[in-house]
Amino acid sequence: MATKILLDKINVPGIRSYEVYRQQGGYSSVEKALKTMTPDEITEEVKASGLRGRGGAGFPVGLKWSFIDKKSGKPRHLVCNADESEPGTFKDRYLMEYIPHLLIEGMITSSYALGANLSYIYIRGEYMWVFKTLERAIKEAYAAGWLGKNILGTDYSLDLHVHCGAGAYICGEETALIESLEGKRGNPRIKPPFPAVSGLWGNPTVVNNVESIANVPWIVNNSGADYAKLGVGRSTGTKLISASGHIKKPGVYEIELGISVDEFINSDEYCGGMMDSRPLKALVPGGSSVPVLPAHLIYKTANGEDRMMTYESLAEGGFESGSMMGSGGFIVYNDTACIVRNTWNFARFYAHESCGQCSPCREGTGWLEKVLHRIETGQGTMEDIDLLWDIQKNIEGNTICPLGDAAAWPVAAAIRHFRDEFEYHVLYPEKVKNRDHFMNEPFESIKHLITN
Amino acid sequence: MKVTIDGHEIEVEPGTTILQAARMIGGESVPPAMCYYSKLEDTGGKCRACLVEVSKGSEADPRPMPKLMASCKTGVMDGMEVKSISSDRVLEARKAVTEFLLINHPLDCPVCDQAGECDLQNLSFQHGISQKRFKEDKRTFEPENIGDNIQLHMNRCILCYRCVKVAEQLTDDRVHGVCGRGDHAQISTYISNAIDNEFSGNMIDVCPVGALTDKTFRFKSRVWFNKPYNAHRNCTKCSGKVTLWMFGEEIQRVTARKDEFHEVEEFICNQCRFDHKEPTDWVIEGPRKFEKFSVINQNNYTRKLDKVVIKTEEHILEGREQDRIKISMKNIPYTEHESKE
Ligand SMILES: Cc1cc2nc3c(=O)[nH]c(=O)nc-3n(C[C@H](O)[C@H](O)[C@H](O)COP(=O)(O)O)c2cc1C
Ligand code: SF4
Ligand code: SF4
Ligand code: SF4
Ligand code: FES
Repeated sequence: MATKILLDKINVPGIRSYEVYRQQGGYSSVEKALKTMTPDEITEEVKASGLRGRGGAGFPVGLKWSFIDKKSGKPRHLVCNADESEPGTFKDRYLMEYIPHLLIEGMITSSYALGANLSYIYIRGEYMWVFKTLERAIKEAYAAGWLGKNILGTDYSLDLHVHCGAGAYICGEETALIESLEGKRGNPRIKPPFPAVSGLWGNPTVVNNVESIANVPWIVNNSGADYAKLGVGRSTGTKLISASGHIKKPGVYEIELGISVDEFINSDEYCGGMMDSRPLKALVPGGSSVPVLPAHLIYKTANGEDRMMTYESLAEGGFESGSMMGSGGFIVYNDTACIVRNTWNFARFYAHESCGQCSPCREGTGWLEKVLHRIETGQGTMEDIDLLWDIQKNIEGNTICPLGDAAAWPVAAAIRHFRDEFEYHVLYPEKVKNRDHFMNEPFESIKHLITN
Repeated sequence: MKVTIDGHEIEVEPGTTILQAARMIGGESVPPAMCYYSKLEDTGGKCRACLVEVSKGSEADPRPMPKLMASCKTGVMDGMEVKSISSDRVLEARKAVTEFLLINHPLDCPVCDQAGECDLQNLSFQHGISQKRFKEDKRTFEPENIGDNIQLHMNRCILCYRCVKVAEQLTDDRVHGVCGRGDHAQISTYISNAIDNEFSGNMIDVCPVGALTDKTFRFKSRVWFNKPYNAHRNCTKCSGKVTLWMFGEEIQRVTARKDEFHEVEEFICNQCRFDHKEPTDWVIEGPRKFEKFSVINQNNYTRKLDKVVIKTEEHILEGREQDRIKISMKNIPYTEHESKE
């Protein structure tokens, strides 16, 4: 069995409650940190661990912490991003639902490292039951003296609140999250200034993903160097992967970074192979925002190397032939899936979730959705495919926040790798009008219709 | 600090944005701004019409910036080099932004009171493409009555947020804002509420398009048939300095005075704007000149205008001889060959 950092206690009965969590050694990182370490020493350990942000961008956590403005003398805040709304990603929910105290422990230790005395967990509105779980856990932690004034008799005090969003993907973008937390409309801010300088109420703020923070107790209990021994190269440690789609065993898995994609999909320890033993057609390795990979680029990269579950290997080949680790939303498609339909589905999501602040994303996401819908329902033309390409190109890079890019990339990748499937939709409108068009007649079996 | 925009060099104070520096230089290099408003705080960054290429970051860090930057939100650095109109990437992006702003725009210029002083018209004129690639139905909104003075045409709104900032920064109570998300986001009072705050009329002036127009001027005239005059009155609420839009002896509309970038010089109160429509209410200073490229300038009588003489054939009303014969279908039979001529 591979090393587990986050989920190794997940099957202990009652781990959700404070008593069991504590019996299992929970909150020891808080004791160690507050009693034996300075905040900067913790930051150094986290830096040494090489832990990268698990929310999508993969920015080194320790480095981000070291940017927080400590000179201004303003209060500092740690905000945990639990807005998890990326289609295909559900790992943070699993963690918070089944082992809520791990996050709270991480929040205390991390807040101490940052010198924050007021911290927040921002959770998406749809996770109402998890919100309640966290509220209960926080209450327990207060009662046991892990939160509040003078924790463990030291002069460190921390208040922690969990705040419930109202159901907006965009509030997962860190500056929109901060706006929302301040009680405003969740529009992303224009950067600079970055939150590390001016975040929540204008105070220096660090925003980190649930999983990022949940790794901190282990790093403090062991060491940054130990953490860095797991994984390969700049992809250290373990990663939660939300596996879904046409696989035998969908679910949340903790993997050691560096196993191969092949192993992850096909071994019994993880996804258990393809459902109904149908062939693999495509893979979205990191949530709906990352480029889709066609079958021949999944197990091997374009230059024939094994594709690994690491930040680097998944991105190998750039946009031409690679993808991204993203948030670890691993969606597997077999030959009955329709790429056009899937792309349209994602586009509909982005059109619905765009905050509408900047024109390319506001108008472009809606336009992409409409054109994709047209093609998918057999009303498209060949020019529409080029039009899609133009629209995504005009959005990408020209927007305030990365949601615009996230809407553009999947469309670009789908056209780049599956153009023939788009053409099929244009040439055989009657066939695609049946919603399940590739169910009985997978594209592979009718490809010859458009190759000549 | 020294910054170079399209080859023009200028010294500016630290904290100046690229857009402000470009405005100091003036001319073709000034990026179009559909959302930034220098008289309001915290505007800009949204429309993306003002994107420019930073080909050199600064003297200290000369690397170019990989993405196009919103010039209204990007501060200049010493030694920065910027390409505005001289960059193909920038022109491409402006074209794209213009197209995005237009796909859902009703283009009812012929019945729009903003026509002639509309920033979107100007933008389309300079950066638009003539073909239309958007085949779908345009998005529409239910009409909403936001009060007696201001007409909201949500279909024309480009969500620049300027009117929200006016309400936030100039009036005591903001009763409207942006509701909803994405291309279904809209300006609204949410619970039908009248916007009747003393300075609310300024929303009309800052609105770059015809989404917010003056109800007291509605369908009265095309703006280019009006003659603008600077005028003032003693007002206890504001400076009382306005522009009167006259048709003969009649004051058809009162607005704040706008500069060459279509921004007001000073905000005015609703009384000056809506309630004083008699010439005797005002001390008229003289005709107002508009610098900004606009159709209103076509009517600019502060310049000397030569009488236009249209040269025509002498018998133009009668038509050409050969046509007259054809129309009356006398002697000459219709032939295929001729119809192609
Ligand atoms: C549109 C959008 C949605 C996002 N949603 C989330 C989210 O749900 N959860 C999350 O942790 N990060 C999300 N992010 C990334 C955050 O902006 C931010 O980078 C992250 O929370 C930083 O944490 P990390 O460094 O620990 O990964 C989103 C970003 C964008 C642009
Ligand atoms: S890119 Fe989209 S989501 Fe992000 S600020 Fe612009 S409109 Fe909003
Ligand atoms: S807002 Fe401008 S572009 Fe739109 S209809 Fe009115 S005049 Fe025309
Ligand atoms: S109504 Fe006018 S000023 Fe207000 S957001 Fe829309 S376009 Fe901008
Ligand atoms: S004017 Fe700069 S983005 Fe609108």
